[in-house]
Amino acid sequence: MSLKDKLVSSFLAFDDHLEDESPIHDIRSKAIKNFEENGFPTKKEEDWKYTSLKSILKENYSIFPKGENTVELKDVKQYFLHDIDTFKVVFIDGVYSSFLSETTHDSMDICLISSALKKDKYSASIETYYNKIAGEDSLTSLNTAFAKEGAYINIPKNKEVEKPIEIINFVTGKEEALMAQPRNLIIVGENAHVQIIERHQSLTDNAVLTNSVTEIFVEKRAFIDYYKIQNNNSTASLIDSTFISQEQDSNCCLHTFSLGGKLTRNNLKFSQNGEHCDSTLKGITILKDKQHVDHNTLVEHIAPNCESHQDYKGLYSDKSTGVFNGKVIVEKEAQKTNAFQQNNNILIDDKASVNAKPQLEIFADDVKCSHGCTIGQFDEEALFYLRSRGIAKKEAQALLMYAFANTVLESVKIPSLKRRINRIIAEKIGVSIGFNV
Amino acid sequence: MLHVKDLHASVNDKDILKGINLEVNAGEVHAIMGPNGSGKSTLASVIAGKDTFEVSKGELTLNNEDISELGPEERAHKGVFMSFQYPVEIPGVSVTNFIKTAINESRKAKGLKDMPASEMLKFIKEKADLLEIDRKFLSRSLNEGFSGGEKKRNEIFQMAMLEPKLAILDETDSGLDIDALKIVANGVNKLRSKDNAVVVITHYQRLLDYIVPDFVHVLMNGKIVKTGTKELAHELEEKGYDWIKEEINA
Repeated sequence: MSLKDKLVSSFLAFDDHLEDESPIHDIRSKAIKNFEENGFPTKKEEDWKYTSLKSILKENYSIFPKGENTVELKDVKQYFLHDIDTFKVVFIDGVYSSFLSETTHDSMDICLISSALKKDKYSASIETYYNKIAGEDSLTSLNTAFAKEGAYINIPKNKEVEKPIEIINFVTGKEEALMAQPRNLIIVGENAHVQIIERHQSLTDNAVLTNSVTEIFVEKRAFIDYYKIQNNNSTASLIDSTFISQEQDSNCCLHTFSLGGKLTRNNLKFSQNGEHCDSTLKGITILKDKQHVDHNTLVEHIAPNCESHQDYKGLYSDKSTGVFNGKVIVEKEAQKTNAFQQNNNILIDDKASVNAKPQLEIFADDVKCSHGCTIGQFDEEALFYLRSRGIAKKEAQALLMYAFANTVLESVKIPSLKRRINRIIAEKIGVSIGFNV
Repeated sequence: MLHVKDLHASVNDKDILKGINLEVNAGEVHAIMGPNGSGKSTLASVIAGKDTFEVSKGELTLNNEDISELGPEERAHKGVFMSFQYPVEIPGVSVTNFIKTAINESRKAKGLKDMPASEMLKFIKEKADLLEIDRKFLSRSLNEGFSGGEKKRNEIFQMAMLEPKLAILDETDSGLDIDALKIVANGVNKLRSKDNAVVVITHYQRLLDYIVPDFVHVLMNGKIVKTGTKELAHELEEKGYDWIKEEINA
C-alpha cells in the first residue's frame, strides 16, 4: 500500500476516534479530501521541480505514535538553551512532554494546540485564527487532516514576553519509521513582542518524516523574532510550512538554520496586509553527503510602504544539493515597496549543486526591488591571504566559510542562541578556531 | 637569505616573470620599482607562494632551503611575510582573533604550544602601540570597512606580530596620506634588524625617503634591468622609466 493510501484509509479510524463535537471536524474532512485528490507533490509541479519526495515516501511510516515515549533530560539537555531561562513546549514523537516543558497561562497563553482545540475558552480564538492562512496545497492539507498536537501561543496586546519560547520536537526512534505532523498556532497581539525558537531534532537513525505546519499572526505594531533550527540527523526529513500574516507597522524576522537532514523543504509564506510592515527572511544552510534542502519563499506585498529583506547563504559539500526558489509579489496597491533578495552559495566540492530561481512579480510602478544570486567557489585571493599568514588551507577555508555565513548570523538577537549556532557551524565546518561573536 | 635565480613564472600560459635574479641578505632593504604591469606584484606573490602562478623555471631559496614547492602557509612558517596591496575583508573575524589564530598556527607548525593568553595580550598591546593603533580597532572585523590607510597599517601590525625573516611590502604606500605613511614607515624601521630583510615594492620614491633602501632594482617586462642605490630611485622619480628603456634598447 502506498503511503498516500495508508494515510487516507487511516484517516477514517482517526476521525472516528476524535470527539464528534470537535469544531475542526469539517476542516479536517475537507483537508483529507484535498490531500486524497492531489496526493504528494511530484517533480512535474513547478514548485517541486528540483525536489523529489520519492525516496522518503517509500518508508513504512507509523502514522500514530504508539504511546508516550520518554527521554532522559541528560540525553536531550544539549538541545535546549540551557544557559538562559526559557518557556518550553516540548514534544516527544509528537506527544507532549509535560516533564520537559515549561508552559504558562499567566497573562498570556503558551500551551498546547490540543487543549486550545478542546476547551471552550479558546473557541473564539480558534475560530478566528485556526487554519485561516495555512495553504491548501496537499502537504499542508495532510497536516490539517491529521494534526492534533503542537504549540498554541497567544500573546495579548502590549505584552512583552520576558524570555524566549522554545518549541522542540524530538523523535526518539522507538518506532522503526515515524511520521510526525506538528501544528503550531501563534498569535502576537497588538504591540506585543516575542522571541521564538523552533527546533526539530531526531535522536535516532531510523527514518523520520516530519510534516510541520505553523500559522503566525502578527497584529499591528507587533514584533516577532523567530528562529528555526532544523535537524542535523541524516536520516530525518522535514517538510516545514510556515504561513505568516502581518498587519500594519508589524515586524517579523525569521531565521532558518538548515544544518543537515536527508531532505528538508521549507515553505515560507509572508503576507503583508497593512502599511509599514517589515519582513526579514534569513537562512544559513550547511550540507554534506547527499543531503538536500529546498527553500521556497513567497513574500506578498499587498499594502504600500512595506519592506522585505531576504538573505540566504548556503555551503554545500560532497554531493549535497540545494534549491532557492524565492518569489516576491508586489500588488498594484503596494507602492513604495522595498523588496530585496540575496542568495549566495559556495560549492565546496565539484559534485555539489544548487538551483536558484528568484522570481519577481511587480504590478506597482513606484517600488525598489532587487535580487542577487551567486554560486561560486572559494575566493582564491582571500584563501591566499589567510594562508600567507600561516593559516593552513583547511582552517583558512573554515574561516572564509564562517565569514561568508556571518551576515546572517550577526542578526541573531539572542546571544545564547548565537553562541550555540556559532558552535554548531564551527563543528559542521570541522575546526575549532576562536571565532568572535 | 633570499636567493632568486633565473625565475620564470606564468599565469594561463602568459609569461610574466622572465628570468629574475635577486639576492637579499639579512639586514638589507631592497626596493623594487617599475612601471605598471612589469611584474612587481607577481614577483611578490610568487615568493609568498600564490599557486595561481606557475613557476616554470628557476631557483627560489630561503636560507639555502628550496621553498619553491611549499604552500604559502609553510613559507609563512619559515619566515616569509607579504603585506598585501589589497588586503581581503573577513567579516565576523576580529583583528585580534585573526592574529591569534595566525600566531598559534605558526607555533603549531613548529611544534610549540599556543601562546598563553596573557602573553598574547601583552604582545598585541606592545605592537599596537608601536603602530599607534587604537584598541577599539583590534576588535573590529578584519579589514571590513577599513580605510585604505587602516588596511595598510593593519598589514604592518600583522608583520610586527608575526616577526618575519623576510618581509615583502607590496605597494604599502598606495592610498596612504603622508601621516599614515610616516607611521607605517616608522613601524617598519623599528622592526628592522640585522637578522631580517625587507623588500619594498613601490611605484614612487616617496616611501623610500622614510624606508631607506640599500639597493634599488628596476623591474621591466619581467626582468630586473637595472640595479643601483637609493639615488637611482630619485633619478626614476625625476625622469620616469623611458630613459632606462632607451638604455636597454641601445
